[in-house]
Amino acid sequence: MVNIMSDQKKVAVFACSGIGKPLGSVAREIGYELTERVRPDTTVLTCLALLVINDPEARKLIMENPVIAIDGCVLDCAKKSLEANGAKVVRAYQSIDFFKKHNHLKPEGIAELNEAGKKLAALAADELAEVVDELLAEEAKNV
Amino acid sequence: MSDKPGKVGIISCSGEAIPGGTISRVACRKVLEELRPGKSVTICLPLFIAGGEEERMFADLFPTITVDGCEKRCAALGTANLSGKPSRTLIVTEILKKRGIPPTTKLRNLGDEEKAAALAVAEEIAAAIDEVLATE
Repeated sequence: MVNIMSDQKKVAVFACSGIGKPLGSVAREIGYELTERVRPDTTVLTCLALLVINDPEARKLIMENPVIAIDGCVLDCAKKSLEANGAKVVRAYQSIDFFKKHNHLKPEGIAELNEAGKKLAALAADELAEVVDELLAEEAKNV
Repeated sequence: MSDKPGKVGIISCSGEAIPGGTISRVACRKVLEELRPGKSVTICLPLFIAGGEEERMFADLFPTITVDGCEKRCAALGTANLSGKPSRTLIVTEILKKRGIPPTTKLRNLGDEEKAAALAVAEEIAAAIDEVLATE
């Protein structure tokens, strides 16, 4: 598991854990693309479920670092969970909005996302790179 | 008319940051779609956290099985806190150990080894569903 207690400020990324819709899987894939490929040094992906058990490391992470929530649908479960747990700054996105923007990439499959869904996630992660940089720049100003 | 429950709610931790979370997710989908269709429904853990009334109500009325990716047992503890005690609590790492399968390492783009591990976990979930439906 990734060390989420590093002293260096990072953007914490939480993705919807939904397993009922392909857009939930897209949210998860965006999280992986963002933290593994696009901004591996300045982001950290953490399990959303840790918030349900009040995990101290996860709570410290969201209290001390900016947070991006990526939800699959309008229910905004990740965003709501983060806010309920006192997250410091939450920028929230829904994978359905990325799909509206790139509607030729129709995601299908839940356990295994199709190629279109993976491409959609990669595009979304590329777009979120700018958000990560902005959040860390704001953070640096406030130090 | 039988008063036995006809369905079991499966709650997967789906932890994004751990390989076991991915296995829990894939295994639960396999149970829902292939191994026990019609006898299981999946309940999103984040919806539970965010206060999904339908999910909590289902878990209040029907038996549940939680499937966690690691020993932190977020799904089991979360379900117990937000709804009621699960009928069975399964942990991916324990199932793999019991079956002599090495721990998986991938979070996505699963290969043959990870798919075999997910199938093993799915079989355990299916067996737990049968037990629960027979006894509760």
